[in-house]
Amino acid sequence: MIKGYNFAFIDEYAKREIRRKILKAVSIPGYQVPFGSRELPIARGWGTGGLQITLSLIGKEDILKVIDQGCDESVNAVNIKRFVKATTGVSITTDTLKATIIQTRHRIPEEELTETQILVFQVPYPEPLRLVEPQESETRRMHAEADYAKIWVYLYENIVRWGEITIGARYPVLVNGRYIMDPSPIPRYDVPKLNYARTLYLFGAGREKRIYAVPPFTEIKPLEFEDHKFRIEDFTDKCCALCGSKDTFLDEIIDGDKRIFTCSDTSFCKKRRKNPNIPKSSRKK
Amino acid sequence: MGYVAVKGGESAILNAEKLVDYFRLKGETQPLNVKAIKEQLRLACDKVMSEASLYAPELAALALKQTEADTIEASFLLRAYRSTLSRIGYSEPVDTEEMFILRRISSAFKDIPGGQILGPTRDYVLRLLRFELLEERKEDKEKLFPKIDEDEEPPKRIPKVINILREEGLLPKPKIKKDEKPYDITRCALVFPLPRSGILQALARGEEGAMMAIAYSSMRGYGDIHPTLAELRVGFVPLKIKHPLTGEIVKVGDILVTETEIIAGKPTETGEDVPQFSLGYGLVFGHNERKSICMAMLDVTLKTENPKHPAEDQEFVIYHIDSIESSGFTNHWKLPHYVTFQSDLDRLRKIQKEKRKND
Repeated sequence: MIKGYNFAFIDEYAKREIRRKILKAVSIPGYQVPFGSRELPIARGWGTGGLQITLSLIGKEDILKVIDQGCDESVNAVNIKRFVKATTGVSITTDTLKATIIQTRHRIPEEELTETQILVFQVPYPEPLRLVEPQESETRRMHAEADYAKIWVYLYENIVRWGEITIGARYPVLVNGRYIMDPSPIPRYDVPKLNYARTLYLFGAGREKRIYAVPPFTEIKPLEFEDHKFRIEDFTDKCCALCGSKDTFLDEIIDGDKRIFTCSDTSFCKKRRKNPNIPKSSRKK
Repeated sequence: MGYVAVKGGESAILNAEKLVDYFRLKGETQPLNVKAIKEQLRLACDKVMSEASLYAPELAALALKQTEADTIEASFLLRAYRSTLSRIGYSEPVDTEEMFILRRISSAFKDIPGGQILGPTRDYVLRLLRFELLEERKEDKEKLFPKIDEDEEPPKRIPKVINILREEGLLPKPKIKKDEKPYDITRCALVFPLPRSGILQALARGEEGAMMAIAYSSMRGYGDIHPTLAELRVGFVPLKIKHPLTGEIVKVGDILVTETEIIAGKPTETGEDVPQFSLGYGLVFGHNERKSICMAMLDVTLKTENPKHPAEDQEFVIYHIDSIESSGFTNHWKLPHYVTFQSDLDRLRKIQKEKRKND
């Protein structure tokens, strides 16, 4: 551990404030709670929102996993782990099922999370309505009045113009029938995992100074039309070149003039290579 | 499998860190002395303290050394260090009439009570490279300052130019609300409209270049504020706090600041019987006249009732002048984005496929 710094870097008053804001966020699912986002030795836009949540919640007994785009070894994930480890001394794992807190950028792990875990998302743009309205004061009003006409029109115009909704990642969802929420830039593939999940999902946007949450067992509906349903990424006829999985989100890799695919979730891919029959969920059907 | 190489992992990061130090120190010279940076790169230290919003000259010098004088990165280091310090209270309002003045000018009047004090400025110096500084020696320094007379009396309290205008009713009287707590943007997220204390705080810690670009747009034509510099002063002001136990007001030290008061020379309804001029205020850590002037300009433009131009739009200005936020996000595009890009690819391919099928 590095000397001269408080446990988990930020001062205890700041942690208390952040924990209180988290409680508020959990109480109003999908509502963006403003908070006094602190500067960290990690740059804005590199996960400082998620990191402040992690630092405020973490205790000596916790086991931390950090992933970036599904990968434990990605430079930014390594860097964040190094920082948390240096200021807390907690144990670090790559095993999704062993972690108590998982901080993530742009993915939800393939293996189903449980009641004993918290998934912390790094959020670049907390405001799902920014797409259709640049002014913060106006988007706050729109949320307050549930005035979501603009985004529905945007989706409709997308379909008219392109025959498809063009939003790739960061697909807007309706939380608990009330607030439209940005699920962070997870692929559409991960969106259904938010619905009635067993785990607490916390979202932190450092630069934009917002915290929001999806408590366990909350209804999450991606925005869709009766005659134009929400669709996830299509990996038909593709499988992971390393473990052979056909039911995971795949990264496309350019290999000479060929394209190959591998699991985005590297930890799960390793498990599957040892045992191809490992299920994604431990829940009894 | 090219891109997977990005997963350099821990050893790559450690080596990159080492390389940074290697590039910093590979030359023939001795490692830089932090004290020399603090004393001789005074203005860079001031800029870093101001943008980090932490008054710590020695740490600012250290940050400049560590970042090879990348001022935005240095401000970022100091701002991050700031998060490790607990907020134990707020100071008493600073009275800048108590300033120990190094420099003080007004462009509104030819002569002002207390006089114009030019002080250390490069404003009127010919911008010619002084080649003799290539080989500056200790003897040259001694020749410049043969003897410093330290017994000279400190200057007296000097009144403000704007007070003269206030007495004449040309400027509105300040509306002081006693015991009003400042809106603290380091503790509360931004809300709009932002209270003036929040605006001034955001401007005080903004990045000089960003602020100047926006203020300049207003001076140049995207707006009309007709500014006149009522007074600019640079000097040390005493910082006082209420003692947490005794409740007495005690001085805890002096800080160097630059203060600017700008008159917006357009008659404005200020709530008095007759139209008046309005005032823009700038106060920044250290000696930084450009930033202080731009802060005062933006304080004026941001009071515009029906904003038409970027410099008049609170959200536009306040959200985009903090270099810690903007530089961090700019750099984040270097992180891998292959999951999100995969999603985008999927969309385009689907659309292309449908299009080809229909054609």
